[in-house]
Amino acid sequence: MDLLTELTILVLAAFVGFEVISKVPNTLHTPLMSATNAIHGIVLLGGLLLIGEVDGFLNKLLLVIAIAFGTINIVGGFLVTDRMLEMFKRRD
Amino acid sequence: MYTASFLQDPDFIRALYIVAFAFFIYGLHELNHPRTARRGNRIAAVGMAIAVAATLLIEEVGNYGLIAVGVAIGTAVGVPAARSVKMTAMPQMVALFNGVGGGAVALISFVEYRRTLELGLGNPELDQLIPILFAAIIGSVSFWGSNIAFGKLQEILPGRPIQLPGQQFINAGLLAVAIGCSIAIAAGTESQGLFIVILVAAALLGNMFVLPIGGADMPVVISLLNAFTGLSAAAAGIALDNVALIVAGMLVGASGSILTQQMADAMNRSIANIFAGGFGGVSVAPGAGADGEQKPVRSTDAADVAIQLAYASKVVVAPGYGMAVAQAQHTVRELADELEKRGIRVDYAIHPVAGRMPGHMNVLLAEADVPYDHLKEMDEINPEFPQTDVALVIGANDVTNPAARENEGSPIYGMPILDVDKANQVIVLKRSMNTGFAGIDNPLFYNDNTALLFGDAKESVAAVLAEVKEL
Repeated sequence: MDLLTELTILVLAAFVGFEVISKVPNTLHTPLMSATNAIHGIVLLGGLLLIGEVDGFLNKLLLVIAIAFGTINIVGGFLVTDRMLEMFKRRD
Repeated sequence: MYTASFLQDPDFIRALYIVAFAFFIYGLHELNHPRTARRGNRIAAVGMAIAVAATLLIEEVGNYGLIAVGVAIGTAVGVPAARSVKMTAMPQMVALFNGVGGGAVALISFVEYRRTLELGLGNPELDQLIPILFAAIIGSVSFWGSNIAFGKLQEILPGRPIQLPGQQFINAGLLAVAIGCSIAIAAGTESQGLFIVILVAAALLGNMFVLPIGGADMPVVISLLNAFTGLSAAAAGIALDNVALIVAGMLVGASGSILTQQMADAMNRSIANIFAGGFGGVSVAPGAGADGEQKPVRSTDAADVAIQLAYASKVVVAPGYGMAVAQAQHTVRELADELEKRGIRVDYAIHPVAGRMPGHMNVLLAEADVPYDHLKEMDEINPEFPQTDVALVIGANDVTNPAARENEGSPIYGMPILDVDKANQVIVLKRSMNTGFAGIDNPLFYNDNTALLFGDAKESVAAVLAEVKEL
């Protein structure tokens, strides 16, 4: 993909982010922060893409660490968010 | 093999990414309302699973053994941590999860740079090199900054601002080193050494940039670092030509920026002002009203508080970090239940930055099964204080400080506060006469209609509850 196409996607994604997020009430700010935090765990994909393409112990070691970090970010992030949101219920 | 080639078709993988984006965006949309928020989070998680599965299909992806090792380690660390963390320690946990994300970005950029050098191709093209350098700097800042935020919230490091002389110059210098080395690489220098200097300078910057920030400002910091990690992930996406990274990273970059801005607005301060450091700095100049003289405070006991509560018709609870530390939220709920049985209306006044994260109090009270329609935001509850019989301040300090309204000399002047002092009676549950995180004296404590109940918040509330039951 050429750079301009990527920049187009980048800018549009930013506007979607602004639009979708600006409506979240204060009550949900912590779970929101935690959920978006989990989404940037997508960096895991960077590790997956590279690890088949590198040689050498150091490169592989660094990428295994990166993959572990990304996994912690994703599974931990979604799990804690779920735990927080489980508690938001209306008492009838 | 037809199926394999179909699954590995780049267009198929990009189509799966599009499905994943729809899940992310719809999931975030569902996070708008408490009723659908949990489902929204799960939808976003499904989107993530799709994005990861699609990536594993890509033909160039290999070394599945090592991938499995990394994922296994990450799961073994992440799942138990997420399961066992207490609700009160959530802010630290989010800071840590954010930090490892930033760390992953920094590591990936470094390896990508090494890889192109090792291929003997020289530096990557500028349209890849610049995002790599950007991702490395921001990722490293985010990793170290988040670790410091964690340390402060976990009280491994002191929560008070730590300032060095010439802090701003040191930070500017570190940033200049990181950018200078980046320019040198972009200008054609092929050097891993310079890249490491960039990572180290950014790491020091991350430390230096969070250390001078007081505990009360941590929510803003974590939010900003969250946005940073998102932006760095998007940059890594441009470097690696991966559209999933670009979109998901940028969604987080945008949302994190908005949240940061909203939180700064709630404190009536600019983001620049917060990061210049020194909120709650030690050298707080006493303003006109607080001239250092010893003023008397009125202390009270549990039996007295119980009587005031039991004969009120409207009670507003203003919780703060002290409630979180004492884990008092369940006892507070029991007390509220007992009062409601007597027909007393109990609401909760939630300041946007009470606690250590936005919504921190909401999460704690929700944990204690407080219905969320009893949680009132600041603008909604403030007009109600004059009709409130008793305002019960539990471990909140700076967010109730009337100096923010009245004393122009106060460092928190202008910050919107909960007007608890306008209630008929104010009862402040407090551990001791120490000042809050911001280190600023609170004139509320010396008002004629204020009484202080000293002690651990949970024990105090339990004692009041026992007395109310006796009545």
